[in-house]
Amino acid sequence: MKEISDLLFLSVLAVTFVATAAYLVFFFSQNIRVRKIARVILLVSGILQTLYIISRYIQVGHTPITSQHEAVVFFAWSTTWAYLSFRWRYTVKNFGTLVTLLIFVLLLISSVSSREITPLVPALQSLWLPVHAGVSLIAYGFLSLAFCGGIMYLLQERELKSKRFGYFFSRFPSLESLDQLNSHCLTAGFVFLTLGIVTGSIWARQAWGTYWQWDPKETWSLITWFIYLVQIHQRFTVGWRGKRGAVMAVVGFAAVIFTLWGVTYLLGGAHSYAG
Amino acid sequence: MRGEKILLLGVNHKTTPVAIREKMALSDGYEEPLTTLKKISGCRECYLLSTCNRVELLMVVEPGAEVEKEIISFLFGEAFSPAECRQYLYIHYDEDAVHHLFTVAASLDSMVVGEAQILGQLKEAYRYAAQFGCTGPLLNKFLHKSFSVAKRVRTETGIGSSAVSISYAAVKLAEKIFGDLKGRKVMLIGAGEMAELAAEHLVGQKVDSVVVANRTLSRALDLARKFNGSAISMDEMLQQLDQVDIVISSTGATDLIIRKQDVKSIMRARRNKPLFFIDIAVPRDLDPALIDIDNVYLYDIDDLSSVVEMNRSERDREAVKAARIVDEETLKFKKWYQGMAVIPTIRNLREKVDTIARLELERSLARMPEMNGADRRTLEKMVGAISSKILHDPLIYLKSDSCTGRDNSDMRVEVIRSLFGLDKRDDKNE
Repeated sequence: MKEISDLLFLSVLAVTFVATAAYLVFFFSQNIRVRKIARVILLVSGILQTLYIISRYIQVGHTPITSQHEAVVFFAWSTTWAYLSFRWRYTVKNFGTLVTLLIFVLLLISSVSSREITPLVPALQSLWLPVHAGVSLIAYGFLSLAFCGGIMYLLQERELKSKRFGYFFSRFPSLESLDQLNSHCLTAGFVFLTLGIVTGSIWARQAWGTYWQWDPKETWSLITWFIYLVQIHQRFTVGWRGKRGAVMAVVGFAAVIFTLWGVTYLLGGAHSYAG
Repeated sequence: MRGEKILLLGVNHKTTPVAIREKMALSDGYEEPLTTLKKISGCRECYLLSTCNRVELLMVVEPGAEVEKEIISFLFGEAFSPAECRQYLYIHYDEDAVHHLFTVAASLDSMVVGEAQILGQLKEAYRYAAQFGCTGPLLNKFLHKSFSVAKRVRTETGIGSSAVSISYAAVKLAEKIFGDLKGRKVMLIGAGEMAELAAEHLVGQKVDSVVVANRTLSRALDLARKFNGSAISMDEMLQQLDQVDIVISSTGATDLIIRKQDVKSIMRARRNKPLFFIDIAVPRDLDPALIDIDNVYLYDIDDLSSVVEMNRSERDREAVKAARIVDEETLKFKKWYQGMAVIPTIRNLREKVDTIARLELERSLARMPEMNGADRRTLEKMVGAISSKILHDPLIYLKSDSCTGRDNSDMRVEVIRSLFGLDKRDDKNE
């Protein structure tokens, strides 16, 4: 199984690299045929990622989401499928280029971290593991899309305000469509994030006997959750949209990344099983 | 090239002031001038294009015929002396004429380079010429080729895609902010001509409704009626700001009419929905500090002009590419045109038949090794006789003089070439 799984991971990396390259070629040439090809390659990459996660599941015997490598692959997987499901309903001009780039970077990060199999500590041997960690990472997938949209919004907004049109202007979509994308991804991401925290809390009650123990990861998840909560609340009440929404999407994503990596490496705590 | 000549003669916005173009004899319709043209002796095929920026006449003339003088008097009537006419006129022959027509079709010779209208005008003019039986095989091919050159230029270069007028630039910017303009609302402040033009462009993009605010309500009503919109007085203008998405201001006011403070409170009421201000008034109507408010975009006339200027320089780069395509296509057409002549056609026809005969002969001889030299020569002679007898009538037909006195050798060349498939190899190369 190890060989198959290693082979699958290599092909995931290779295919995603090709997809990224194709999207970049499309971005510069704006050739529609290239975009079609790039989309198909990304879809293939998504399928290969799924297969890799399955093979890893068979290999390690539990949901592969505990080590650094596994978590990041899962993150990339959820971003890919969040994008593909999103893509199915809306088109946002040239959005795929940035997202594919992010997916590729995530996969690169996962490829340099250790792929060794560590036995599951007893506390994690539960059905809650795939539910809690899986749902949280799916939330991250949507939030990373909002992040990409936010970056594009800020770049495009700056060009429109400064009235100096650079390379991106004609290639980026309209502000309105980016703002809508932001709103949709945030809503979806926020729902999953809430579910992740709730399931985690229930699981903690079962495993540790308390719903909440202010472990650094929990604290930071809560901070992240509040950042998104404020943003969604403000959007629906006073209409925080456009630039402020985009800035918040970027800030929120920074909190997500810190919760994912910063906490593990800098703060430790009950969640840092791996690494 | 061949005996007859392609002649292109015309005036355009560059060579001739509008005062002269106005006085030229062709005013309405194509029918009358085309029938007159057809009667000019020595004219075999003709075509006429008449737009507000150019009058151009394309003609295939008999070898040796002198038609220039007649055409000039046809174009200018008696209003000008011939010397004066020649000063305004450009005359191109053959290859230059081809090059010129392709340049015009590709919209490289237009007042606004890259605008798409000219191709439609060209097609319309061609339709008339064909309808009145003025075009023949050569001009048919030539004009169709010019359409395909125009199409090629449009798809392979970005010449048509840049926003090169103020109102078009405004529409493009609005699209970058709002995406689809369907369902958006526009407010015109001041009912000037520029505002009207910009609004026309926006209505063309299916904006939902137009509100016109003006100091004199009657003028506002007039303009509102034109766009199926509503009119309001200047005092209501600020209250209506939370209802609209795009504001075009062009009043003659000497002072600012919308200030930052006004818009700030409105943005709260709008729940921060983006607002796009276009200020085309001089002096300006709108507070330049509006740009500091989030989700508010403000472009004044200078900003729009610089957008236009930027697009123009980009378009000029594309025009270089387009000119290269035109050169290329001119060369291709020249090659085709030369091949159309009688002599090369005779040569091609002979070559084709001789090659077939020789190949078949070789193949058959290879199967009959026992045949002796004398028999072989007899056979060769027979095959040669068959092919030249078959060729006899087509060649006579090609070389024949027409009984009507009109030289229709193009038609005969065309018939022979398509009957014997002489252009097949060339087509594949293209």
